[in-house]
Amino acid sequence: MTLRTSLYTPTRRGLLKAGAAGLAVAAMPGFVGAQAAPIKVGFQLHRTGIGASYGRWYERTAQAALKLINDGGGINGRPVEIVFEDDATDPKRGSEVVEKLTVQAGCDVVMGTLFSHVVIGSAPRAGELKVPYLVCSEGYHVASGMLNRWTLQPGITDVRSQIASMAPWVSANLGKKVSMIFPDFAFGHDHRDFFTAAMAAQGGEVIAQIAIPPTETSFTRYFPQIPAETEVLYHVMVGPAVLTFVKELGEFYGSGAKPAMFGFIDSLEAVDTATPGLEFLEGSYFWEAHNRVKPADAGEHEAAYRAAVGVDDNGASVSDAADVSTYSHMFSTWETLFFLKAAMEASAYTGPADRQKLVEAMEAMSDMPYGIERPQGAKLFNGRTHQVFGTQNISQVQGGKLMRVHQTSMADGAYEDAVDYTATSF
Amino acid sequence: MAFGPFLLLALMEGMVTAAVLALAACGLSLVFGVMRVVNVAHGEFYMLGAVIAWAVAAFMPGPPALAFAAALVIAPLLVAALAAAADALILKRLNYDPEATIVATIGLLYMIQQATLSIYGPNATPVTAPFEWRIQLPWFGYSGYKLFVILAAVLVLLGLWAIMTRTRAGLIMRATQVDRTTAQSFGINVDRVYMGTFAFGAGLAALAGVLIVPIQQAHYLMGGDPLLLSFIVVIIGGLGSLRGTVIAALFIGLSDGVISMMFSPTLAKIIATLLVAMVLVFRPQGLFGAKA
Repeated sequence: MTLRTSLYTPTRRGLLKAGAAGLAVAAMPGFVGAQAAPIKVGFQLHRTGIGASYGRWYERTAQAALKLINDGGGINGRPVEIVFEDDATDPKRGSEVVEKLTVQAGCDVVMGTLFSHVVIGSAPRAGELKVPYLVCSEGYHVASGMLNRWTLQPGITDVRSQIASMAPWVSANLGKKVSMIFPDFAFGHDHRDFFTAAMAAQGGEVIAQIAIPPTETSFTRYFPQIPAETEVLYHVMVGPAVLTFVKELGEFYGSGAKPAMFGFIDSLEAVDTATPGLEFLEGSYFWEAHNRVKPADAGEHEAAYRAAVGVDDNGASVSDAADVSTYSHMFSTWETLFFLKAAMEASAYTGPADRQKLVEAMEAMSDMPYGIERPQGAKLFNGRTHQVFGTQNISQVQGGKLMRVHQTSMADGAYEDAVDYTATSF
Repeated sequence: MAFGPFLLLALMEGMVTAAVLALAACGLSLVFGVMRVVNVAHGEFYMLGAVIAWAVAAFMPGPPALAFAAALVIAPLLVAALAAAADALILKRLNYDPEATIVATIGLLYMIQQATLSIYGPNATPVTAPFEWRIQLPWFGYSGYKLFVILAAVLVLLGLWAIMTRTRAGLIMRATQVDRTTAQSFGINVDRVYMGTFAFGAGLAALAGVLIVPIQQAHYLMGGDPLLLSFIVVIIGGLGSLRGTVIAALFIGLSDGVISMMFSPTLAKIIATLLVAMVLVFRPQGLFGAKA
C-alpha cells in the first residue's frame, strides 16, 4: 500500500505539470504561428468492414490529391493535412469518428464517407458539432433534404440523377420489362425508387424488385425470383461479396437463355472484369461515372490523374495488376478536396470560427469546369440542394474489358430541387 | 420458373448450406459434449480455415486443384494446433469452468478476428475452385463444385462417425463425455482428451471453411453467420449429440434453402431462431440430447 502511494503521488503531480505544459504548447500556435499551422481535414474512412475495398482506394486518391495541393502551396498559404480515421463502415462508429475527428483531432472539416447508411448515421452528429461534412456517397439523402445545412456532396453525382440519365437509354436500347436486384439499404432503395419511376416515365415497367442484404454472402437463392419474361436485368450490389454475386449470377444463367443485363459498376468495383467465371458478362452494359479502362478520347488531364493516384490504363494499381481500383467512385475524394480548397480560398478561411462562412462559400459555387481538379469531368454544383451534378457513361464489356459506348449530358440527369438548405438554419 | 425446378434449386442450395453447417456444428457439438465448453470462437476457426486456404492457394505454385488439396490438409492442422495451444494456455487454466470459458472464448474470438484483420487485411479475396465444372439443367445452371462440397461433407461426417464409434480415440472421447471422473480413474489422461477434442472440433470448423471458400471468398468477418447457425443447429439437435446435430443441420439447411427461395432469407432466419426458442421452452435438452 505504502509503495503504491509513494509511486502514485509524484505521478499525479507530474500529470498536472505535463497537462499544464501541454495546454501552454497547444495555446501557443494560436498566437505565434497561425500562418504556418496546417489546415486539418478529417477523413472518415471505410478502412475495414464491408466498404474496405472502397476505403483502400479512397485513401490512395485522397493522398494523391493532397500531395498535389501541398505541392502547389497548400490552401491560403497553409499546408494541408489529412487525418484518416477508420469507421469500420458502421453507422454507429461513423458518428463517433465524426466527433473524434472534430473534437479530439481538431479537424477543420470532415469528409470522405461513402456508404449511405454510414452517411445517414453520421450527418446528424456533424450538424450538432457544426462542422462541414463533405460526403462522397452517391446517395440521394443529401439532395432529398433528409440531412442538414452542414452536409454537402460536392464530388459525385447522386443516384437519382445518375438513374434519370440512364433510364431513357436502357428503355430505348435494351428493353421495357426490367427486373431489379439491389442492396437492401438506403443506397439500394434510391435505386429501386428512382429507377422504377424513371422507367415508368419512359413507358417501361419494373416487373420485379429483388432486395438483398448488403452483408449477404450467398446469392443463388434470390435469382429464381427473376421473372422469366424479364427483358433487362438491372443489378447493383455492394459489399465484400460482389464477386460472388456476379459469379453466381453467371452460374445461374449458365449457357441458357438470359435477359439483357444492365448493371451499376458497383457490382464489379475492385473486381477484374476478366476474372474466370465472369465470361457471361461479355456484351452486357454497365453504368460508369469514370471509365475504368482509359477511353481513346479521354480528356487531357486523365493521364496525369491516373499517374498521381497510381492507376494504369486498365484501372488497376500500377504496382499490382490484380489490385483493381474503385475507379467510378474514388475520383469523388479528389474532387471534394479541390472543391474544399476553392471554397476555403473564396471565404478566406482561417479556422473553425469561419466554418459557417465556409459553408456559405460552398453554397455559392456553381459552374466548375473540367480540369485536373475535376478529372471525371465538368460539374455543376447546386448550392440549394448541396448536391453536385456531372456527366455519366455507359460501357459495354467487350473482350473482357469495359469500353465506353455512350456518354450522357448534364441535362439528362437534371431533376427539380426537393429542398433549399440555404433557407435552413445553421 | 416452374415450381418443380424452383424446388430443385432450393433443395440443392439447402443441401450445400446443410453440408457446411453439419461440419461446423459437429465441431461445436463435440467440444460441448466432451468438455462442456461453449466455444464462442468456433466461427473464427471456420474463418481461419478459409483464410489459410487463400494463403495456401496464393503462395503455392501449380494447379488450383493441388493447392486446394494441400489446403484441405494444412488448414485444419494449423487451426487444430492453434486450438490446442488455446486450450493449454487459456481453457485448462480456467479449469474448464463453464462460465469462465464462455468469456474466455469471446476474448479468443476478438483476438483471432482482429489478428486476421491486421495480418490478412480487410478485403474479401476469392480462391479458385479446384475445378471449373458447371451443370447446365434445362431451367438453370449450377456449380459442380457446390455438389462436390455436399459429397465431401458426407465423406467427412462418415469418417467422424467411424472415429467416434470404431476407434479407441473415439471410445476415450465418449467415455470422458459420459463421466469424466470415472474415465480419469481408469487411467485416461483427461487433459489430453480435452486438448485433442478442442483441436479436433476446431479442425472440423476449419475444414468447413476450406470447403466454402471457393464459393464465398475469404473475409475476416465471415465467422459470424456460421457461428449463429451452428448454435441454432446444436441447440435444436441437442447439445453434445452428434446424431442430433447432423439431423438438425439437414433440417435447418434444407428449410433455410426452401424458405429463403419461396419467401425470403430473412424469414428463414426468423423461423430458425423461433424454432430454437420453442425447443428451449418445450424440450431444453434438444431433440436428441440426453436429459440433464
